[in-house]
Amino acid sequence: MKIAVLVNEGPYQHQSADTAWNFCKAAIEAGHEIQRVFFYHDGVNNATKLTEPPQDDRHIVNRWASLNKEHGVDLVVCVAAAMRRGIVEANLAEGFRISGLGQLVESGIQADRVVTFGD
Amino acid sequence: MSEGTVKKFMFVNRKAPYGSVYALESLEVVLITAAFDQDVSLAFLDDGVYQLVKGQDTKAVGMKNFSPTYRALEGYDIEKLYVERESLEARGLTEEQLLVDVQVLSQADMASLMAEQDVVLSF
Repeated sequence: MKIAVLVNEGPYQHQSADTAWNFCKAAIEAGHEIQRVFFYHDGVNNATKLTEPPQDDRHIVNRWASLNKEHGVDLVVCVAAAMRRGIVEANLAEGFRISGLGQLVESGIQADRVVTFGD
Repeated sequence: MSEGTVKKFMFVNRKAPYGSVYALESLEVVLITAAFDQDVSLAFLDDGVYQLVKGQDTKAVGMKNFSPTYRALEGYDIEKLYVERESLEARGLTEEQLLVDVQVLSQADMASLMAEQDVVLSF
């Protein structure tokens, strides 16, 4: 199945980003395709390369990046939501790209399912 | 882009308009989806019904009053606005207090309408 994922919450404060990442990983392992992960609302904070958690904690941003590197998952950050929250090309982590909301709509059209993670 | 594909997108609005950014950013997705010529409908339930209440004045909270956008939706051919009756009643609101024409549906009818959709995005 072709699955699109929408992440609406930032990292660490809520579990959504963890759950979303685990979902993507499990879906890929089960043979599904993650068509795209779209980051919206505070979800855009998953994409800043300034993130530096303590060493004994998981690195949520790098974990997303590994999905892109190892499985070619398209990680898209909404430009309007990102600009509101100070996420720009200069601090965008590797593996992510900034684009418009049209990418979310396109996911809705192309994927068999859109799965939302957030409050 | 899958050319010519039209899917039924429903946007479910469940939160009050100014306590969080969800309502405002939901409207942005709604407008883009309409620009992609998709079949768009909006559902308002729980505190989301407050998004449509007439006479919003945001001066004191220092935020932009975006409620006029709901009246502009018609211009984007977005005419399917559904409000859950139980959510209105629980908050002592009536249809007359809303700033746009809506269809008020029971919880059960809202559920069947959601089941007919291809994509449901809840904000």
